[in-house]
Amino acid sequence: MTATKRILGNAYVLGDNVDTDQIIPAQYLTLNPAIPEEYRQFGKYALSSVPPAMSGLPKGHIPFHTQDEFISDYKILVAGKNFGCGSSREHAPIALDAAGIEAVIAEFYARIFFRNAVNGGYLIPFECKQRLCDIVCTGDELELDIAGAVLLNRTTGETYELQPLGDVAPILEAGGLFPYARQVGMLKS
Amino acid sequence: MAAMTLTEKILARHAGKASVRPGDNIWIDVDILMTHDVCGPGTIGVFKQHFGADAKVWDRDKVVIIPDHYIFTADAMANRNVDILRAFAKEQALPHFYDVGTERYKGVCHIALPEEGHTRPGEVLLGTDSHTCTAGAFGEFATGIGNTDAGFVLGTGKLWVKVPPTMRFVFHGELPPYLMAKDLILAVIGDIGCDGATYRAMEFDGDAVYALNIEERMTLCNMVIEAGGKNGVIAPDQLTLDYVNTRNRSGKPYQVERSDADARWIFEKVYDVSKLQPVVAKPHSPDNRAYVSEVKGTKLDRAYLGSCTGGKLTDFRAAARLLYGRSVKIDTFVVPATSEIAKGLKTEKINGKTLEEVFLAAGAKIGEPSCAACLGGPSDTFGRLNAPMSCISTTNRNFPGRMGHKQAEVYLASPLTVAASALTGNITDPRDAMQ
Repeated sequence: MTATKRILGNAYVLGDNVDTDQIIPAQYLTLNPAIPEEYRQFGKYALSSVPPAMSGLPKGHIPFHTQDEFISDYKILVAGKNFGCGSSREHAPIALDAAGIEAVIAEFYARIFFRNAVNGGYLIPFECKQRLCDIVCTGDELELDIAGAVLLNRTTGETYELQPLGDVAPILEAGGLFPYARQVGMLKS
Repeated sequence: MAAMTLTEKILARHAGKASVRPGDNIWIDVDILMTHDVCGPGTIGVFKQHFGADAKVWDRDKVVIIPDHYIFTADAMANRNVDILRAFAKEQALPHFYDVGTERYKGVCHIALPEEGHTRPGEVLLGTDSHTCTAGAFGEFATGIGNTDAGFVLGTGKLWVKVPPTMRFVFHGELPPYLMAKDLILAVIGDIGCDGATYRAMEFDGDAVYALNIEERMTLCNMVIEAGGKNGVIAPDQLTLDYVNTRNRSGKPYQVERSDADARWIFEKVYDVSKLQPVVAKPHSPDNRAYVSEVKGTKLDRAYLGSCTGGKLTDFRAAARLLYGRSVKIDTFVVPATSEIAKGLKTEKINGKTLEEVFLAAGAKIGEPSCAACLGGPSDTFGRLNAPMSCISTTNRNFPGRMGHKQAEVYLASPLTVAASALTGNITDPRDAMQ
């Protein structure tokens, strides 16, 4: 992540309380993310336990994977409250990362998911000021200005201010906990 | 000095500071790091990637590895993951590795930790599992983390944390015989919602909490994560200290902390437990609370007793009281959390019969100690819901697909309510089974 980076991509919209069992079902936790080929496999199963009616809102029943079985065509997730609640499995942000998700915009996050996303440097977890999961539609073309914390919906032309990243911005900018700890002298480089 | 809560005091001491305030970002020293077969391989990968293939853990006496999730399965990947833990424990000469297939094998990590003397008041325990918060029952700061954080701790013994504000829940009165700690925590989660304690500590207090035994206090703290809590905590009393001192084989000293009388609470709620009723959490969220009286008669296909929150000896004693001399009407699975509890099923008696005899005579099936079907797991996992069926369970989560099949419907309830329901095949108030 750099100060000027923008993310361009289509939105995939989910509802409230998307838990980590929905993001990556427990049966796939036998895959070891430390092995690159197995890391890639997580992409295939990302969001595979989200109930179909809640997949790709507002319509629902929109598959997360379309052309490629590992990587989704969507780059930005838009969700409601308490995204990533439940288990501490880091496999959840890993699965989203492996599927090509670069940022999530939710009303707020469950604590461990948020930490894992930031400290692992997998994706950028923004919080929104409005309930964007009721406004943005799956498939909308989004442009996310990371440094400015602003979301442009190119499909509708509307712009939304997001919550600044705050305390975790330096960790995200560094690329995760390890590079950040080296920067601040907690770890020898 | 400013008044602090128990959680703030532990965090301040572990950051080398005289005081901390909610919202402070601090680096803390870790007393125990725990990992298991599901998150251990990834954690070890992060550790080796960043500290080097030949790196040593920061303190091998502070690392505890407890395989427990996918143990009794033919799944080759699951078994491979235990092999990774075994190789790491050997390479690092870790003294606290509870290996599968040995005398030391324990089962569910959150129960194994206190049984084996790894929980002490005033300490910081981090684990790669969200239910690490269970150990707050011993008056320590215990919370779940991911692989990256755990890999960092393995190499440094430190981690940054944001100090949470504390919510206080006070339980007064005498707990009726038809209620258990599970009813109390499901009531709390129903009241504040599954995000009601996000980024917060939850402290439990009151005469009704101190009337609970240690296992029941663990049930209370176990499920704070289901309200989004960072940690749950109960200040130690003599019962806590007696339990800890019996198990603390290393004799490691510890410092008991308590919240100051004028500590700042972000929220406070008082319950009279004598007025509470048996509750369930309906599908598909632990905060989807209903009184048993509201859902009484709902048809069930299966009953499940097990996990870190519902697979302790207290849970089985309660269930066995109702199942004694009766027969279950639906498939009923009993999974002791640990090998010590499994032994207890063979030695604890009701009216001259062991708990195991009571369960088997009632028609229940008993599995090996592990996490088993609480989180689904490989398809050959004992008790896993492999079809779209309806199950009442003493476990802690009922998210879509959590226990296996994505269309399965899971009701969370106390061991008493689960046992009463197993006897009828539909959701049943334990008061009806007690008559």
